[in-house]
Amino acid sequence: MELFKNFKDFKMDVLKEVGNIGAGNAATALSQLLNKPIDMAVPKVQLLSFEEITEKVGGAEEFVYAVFLRVEGEAPGNLFFILTPEAAMSLLGRVAGIELSGNSELSEMELSALSEIGNILAGSYLSSLADFTSLSMYPTVPALAMDMAGAILSYGLLQFGQMGDDALLIDTTFMEGKNEIEGQFFLIPDPESFPKIFQSLGVPFEND
Amino acid sequence: MIEEQSIIKVGMADLNVGSEHSMIRTTGLGSCVGLTLFDPGKKLAGMAHVMLPSSEIARDGQLNIAKFADTAVPELLTRLLALGAVRSRIVAKMAGGSQMFAFAGGNDTMRIGPRNVESCKLALESLNIPLIAEDTGGNYGRTIEIACASGILFIRSVQKGNKEL
Repeated sequence: MELFKNFKDFKMDVLKEVGNIGAGNAATALSQLLNKPIDMAVPKVQLLSFEEITEKVGGAEEFVYAVFLRVEGEAPGNLFFILTPEAAMSLLGRVAGIELSGNSELSEMELSALSEIGNILAGSYLSSLADFTSLSMYPTVPALAMDMAGAILSYGLLQFGQMGDDALLIDTTFMEGKNEIEGQFFLIPDPESFPKIFQSLGVPFEND
Repeated sequence: MIEEQSIIKVGMADLNVGSEHSMIRTTGLGSCVGLTLFDPGKKLAGMAHVMLPSSEIARDGQLNIAKFADTAVPELLTRLLALGAVRSRIVAKMAGGSQMFAFAGGNDTMRIGPRNVESCKLALESLNIPLIAEDTGGNYGRTIEIACASGILFIRSVQKGNKEL
């Protein structure tokens, strides 16, 4: 993973902008769905160990809802939209008008609605990214999972696993109002996608 | 009397061994496999959190031997023997290897869980270590913990409750 350790700051900034544009569009989409302003934190681009990545959502055992899309095309990668159970419930309540009973089991209808919300947001993330880089990126059909964060996220790290023990993660957090975290977008491009992303944005890619 | 028990954590693509008064734990197994070896005589146990089936696909840089089934299992055995375990008594248990996301199509990456399980079994077979229990497959995450004193493997999951092997 020497490749990424040598990234200069400005390359990290380029990737931050990539995350910013994608998540910015997704935030707009979410804001339209909710008819409410949504704030977004400045994206973080970090080279993290697998352990640290799961720490970002509260630890490997933390129960989360996640919509996962495999990105295919010229710059393949993995995209996760991660929600705490509370955020998922409130999202469902407000977007789909589904009144949730107290028990944590979601019905098929609710799961499907949640998956669709994730799909809309992830789709807008990805399409703005594809426009920005003029690279072709196609999302696979989204899959929804509710489980331990470690079990879910490890899935997105397999491509990096072949190379090293770290992955480069573009992480954007959504907030509504003050500090209430609504959701997190994790984009984990495959290692071989980085040269393509840089190249398409006119950034020379050498190991400098 | 409550015995002082220390908990040894095993991270993703990591392995470790422990003796009588410890528990070894790994959290959030999805498609990864948690493989344990246990010597009931010496009360020694070891655990590996295997992420990928074969080191042949490794690219770039040094190899993390704990990550791949074909390298992690022999290494775990070596570490256990170094602590004084008796080879002929060692038995294996494992859990994990689920398929977290169901997609149409037979993409190999998507089947990584079952492939991890197969590779672990092959590795155990080639070392002549009997696999006495397993809780693998499904589509849910697991956290596992082995008691080095008894060799009991505790499995926790959000969706399917708890289990003991």
